[in-house]
Amino acid sequence: MEFLVAAAVMAMTAAGVYLLLAARTFTVVIGLTLLTYATNLFLFSSGRLAINQPDIITDLASPHADPIPQSLVLTAIVIAFGMTALILVMSVRGFFESGGDHVDLLDTSGPADQEHP
Amino acid sequence: MNVALIILLPFLGAVLPALMIRSGRDACATVTGAINALALALLLAHAPEVLSGGSVRADWSWISRLGLNIQFSIDALGLLFGTIILGVGLLVVLYARYYLSADDPMGSFYAYLLLFQGAMIGIVLSNNVLQLLVFWELTSLSSFLLIGFWGHSPAGRQGARMALTITGGGGLALIAGLLLLGKIVGSYELTTILASGDVVRASPLYPLILGLILLGCFTKSAQFPFHFWLPHAMAAPTPVSAYLHSATMVKAGIYLMARLWPVLSGTELWFYVVTFTGLVTMLLGAVIALFKDDLKGVLAYSTVSHLGLMTMLLGFSSPLAVVACMLHLVNHATFKAALFLNTGIIDHETGTRDISLLGGLRKYMPATAICAVLAAASMGGLPPLNGFLSKEMMLEEAAHRSFAGSAWLLPVAVTVASVCSFAYSLRYVTDVFFGKPRQKYPQGLQDPGIGLWLSPTLLVALVILIGLFPETMLGRPVRMAAAAAIGGEVPKFYLALWHGVTPALIMSGIAIGAGALLLLAYPLAHRGWNSLPRVAAKPMFDFGIASLAGLSKQVTGRLHNSSLQRYLFVTLVASLLVGGITFAQHWPTFASGTRSVLPTNPVILLAWVLLIAGCILVVKMHANRLVALLLVNLIGLMTSLIFVYFSAPDLALTQISVEVVTLILMLLALYFLPKHSLLEATRAIRVRNGLLSIIIGLAMGGLTWAMLTRDFDSISNYYWEQSLPGSGGRNVVNVILVDFRGFDTFGEIMVLGIAALIIFALLDGLLNGPMRRHMLTWTSGEQYSPTRHPLVMVVVTRLMLPLSLMVAAFIFLRGHNEPGGGFIAALVVSIALIMQYMASGFGWAARRVRVDYHALIGGGVLIAAATGITAMVFDRPFLTSGFKHFHWPVGDFELSSALAFDLGIFMTVLGGVMLALAQFSKLGEEITGEQINEAPMDYPPGKATVSATPLAQGAKRAGHGQPKGLPANNPNQDERI
Repeated sequence: MEFLVAAAVMAMTAAGVYLLLAARTFTVVIGLTLLTYATNLFLFSSGRLAINQPDIITDLASPHADPIPQSLVLTAIVIAFGMTALILVMSVRGFFESGGDHVDLLDTSGPADQEHP
Repeated sequence: MNVALIILLPFLGAVLPALMIRSGRDACATVTGAINALALALLLAHAPEVLSGGSVRADWSWISRLGLNIQFSIDALGLLFGTIILGVGLLVVLYARYYLSADDPMGSFYAYLLLFQGAMIGIVLSNNVLQLLVFWELTSLSSFLLIGFWGHSPAGRQGARMALTITGGGGLALIAGLLLLGKIVGSYELTTILASGDVVRASPLYPLILGLILLGCFTKSAQFPFHFWLPHAMAAPTPVSAYLHSATMVKAGIYLMARLWPVLSGTELWFYVVTFTGLVTMLLGAVIALFKDDLKGVLAYSTVSHLGLMTMLLGFSSPLAVVACMLHLVNHATFKAALFLNTGIIDHETGTRDISLLGGLRKYMPATAICAVLAAASMGGLPPLNGFLSKEMMLEEAAHRSFAGSAWLLPVAVTVASVCSFAYSLRYVTDVFFGKPRQKYPQGLQDPGIGLWLSPTLLVALVILIGLFPETMLGRPVRMAAAAAIGGEVPKFYLALWHGVTPALIMSGIAIGAGALLLLAYPLAHRGWNSLPRVAAKPMFDFGIASLAGLSKQVTGRLHNSSLQRYLFVTLVASLLVGGITFAQHWPTFASGTRSVLPTNPVILLAWVLLIAGCILVVKMHANRLVALLLVNLIGLMTSLIFVYFSAPDLALTQISVEVVTLILMLLALYFLPKHSLLEATRAIRVRNGLLSIIIGLAMGGLTWAMLTRDFDSISNYYWEQSLPGSGGRNVVNVILVDFRGFDTFGEIMVLGIAALIIFALLDGLLNGPMRRHMLTWTSGEQYSPTRHPLVMVVVTRLMLPLSLMVAAFIFLRGHNEPGGGFIAALVVSIALIMQYMASGFGWAARRVRVDYHALIGGGVLIAAATGITAMVFDRPFLTSGFKHFHWPVGDFELSSALAFDLGIFMTVLGGVMLALAQFSKLGEEITGEQINEAPMDYPPGKATVSATPLAQGAKRAGHGQPKGLPANNPNQDERI
């Protein structure tokens, strides 16, 4: 089971990094999202894996998953959403300002230069 | 406290002149003078104690571990400097009131002046070298403001920049030097450092430390080859020149050399470097001063020369030379400041300070002339004035000292410098005040009012008094200051005009005689000087700065080719290397983990296969963005499945709801962005990127594997055990969020709120900024379904709304004990609300929303903060929670203060998400230029017609080439289509 989680982290990181290196904003956002998943899963697994031991206290002596990584990841998910939203909006704004969706705002093919017929 | 107040007063008081200027210039000057006088009085109150051999100390520990403490002390050396700083300051404040014109912003002038004064007094009273450095840099900064006070003149700006560059650069060296010094001694406390001279001088780092510290002192005190900034700084208003560039700031370097004298002096290196630099500076300054025509230029180079003299005296490493230095320090401050102020009067009254245009002024301004003659005579070293005293002492010291094996080199050199010094002093008198006027002076030229002449006259009075009664006036302060500087007993000496016929007297006589002759032959000497090759410092400085800027541009250009992809690639490779190297170093001791692994579950295996397949497919098909988006969502859902399976229900709930919101957001963004990416990267680059990604992926996967197969000790048992007694919650994850780590969460919701506000601002700028025109002419170019608000969707979402809200309330309330909480509840509510926007359109929905999302964000943060502060009201730390059990009809809920905190989270997250999404939808609606529909759906049951039919709008979208506003799109004509 541990191997599956590790492999999932690997696959999501690799795909995320690859897309992150792309030249177009939307692809970068997709890559960033994947990297977020990978990072969250990695952080989460730092509490090690536990099955059927949620952190709900019924019996103080019973075994339980590590709650700290969970609470850290919970906020991380929400913050990552905020970040994704921000970067998406930035890419839309950049698209309108520069006329393209290149990450370096290099394009000149988009609406900024599009003359209306 | 008393001691710190001396330093604090000018700093705190600096606000007052800026405020008082509204009440007029007199009030402004008076308040500045009052602050200055108060500080002086506080300092002098310590004089009896300090002059009887004591010292006053005040210590506050601050960051003791770094050796950074607030430590002040007043000893005789600090007292001497401090008295000059505050005393001359007071005279300059008075003078400046009448010197500055009504157009000059006097409030800021006095504010800068007080800032400078505070920094300066901070230097001389600091007992901690780190603290001293701070004040040191502050003098550079405040002097920049003062030199550039007349920012409208290019000379002022350039002079200020040059002074800042040189003294600031030296300051950097000084920082390094003092840090090293503190490291060797093991303390940054000055008293300790002064007692460790032997350790420092024996250290192999001594030459480096000496070099760095001297670099700081030499740049500050305008020593060769850094002397050139001082004449350029003369673009400052004359009171500034008098204050900074004769009496105080340039003496900071002298102060520090004197202060560290017991630690650094006494070696060959010190003797040669300091003596030689001082000597060269003294000679060079004196010679150049002779041939300057600008009065302030003469005084500037003369100051350079006299600073060289003091430096040279310190270089001698003899106690009596230090005494001479201290005496000359006071004397120079009096006669030079008087001369500067006098020059200011001449400039102010005649409109010029060019010697070749002046002459015969004594007839018009007799009082000014008397002052100038006396001060200049002191500068030239004529008895019975104070300049003579210290110059004699200097000559006496130099006469008995051999330099580099030569017994005559020093005596000859100082005599030559004295000759020039006398000549330029004489020239200042004869060419300005005697002879015939060389130009027509303004009508009614006469001595200025008392405001201008009082300050220089008081200084000249000191010049005479010290000259006549040196022992009474300065005997004790100079003796004690020198003793404080050398850190020991001063040999016996007696300050007097007449010591018999000594070598010094003979040298003085030569200087006076030869100096007068030199001035007689001035035209000849001037021609000779002009024929010499000129080494102009300013072009060299400008060239140096330009080449540095060019170099930095080149380097920046190479490193920053403004390709984000390249930066990212470099960053990734670098982080990989950092991790890889560390891993390689520990490779020999690497052992695989021993923790037993869990058996594989078939359902999770299926989810895993889907996840891996999603990852592969998204890389392969990312050019089709819609598909890529869906695949990413699939991966996200699989991740939440993993969370569920591995005992993290809260995470899974959050992940699923975030997933939905993100999907909506990305779909909205994709409406604007191109739907397909071009595959423009070359194959080689794609292979390179692919390799890097695979290596990083393997590294992360390997790290995860290594971590998962190892046991560990968690600190979380504490939280587990304290959750119920401490916070009354059974869901430990939620309790950690809202209670144990509530402060983190508090920060995080603020970040989210800020992100939402930035999104709002960015999109608002697009909607209402200059981009609006472009945006409105943009069309997506895609064909969309003509049905905007489908009946089924509207009905279903409407039905779902109360249900979702109820679920959210349930999730919110149970959060403390069961999976759930504010984060998740907020996301559920936002999904339910955003569905309404999607179903019936932004405009329609926005009209029905009565909540301001901005207020929701702010209110949430405020509620969370109020919850935390309430705990403080009950004398508990911030965010301590209180709780009580209540039996509710629907279950046994906890009513805890953490619930209020969770409400804050709920509101902020809801407000943030909704603000971002709503603003985005608004953009979409504006851009398509659609009318806001009156009805919630396209074909409301029971109504035959609606104002804006979807068909027309579908047609408009299809025909995206058509400009808006043409009759075809006019809603009034829709029915004809």
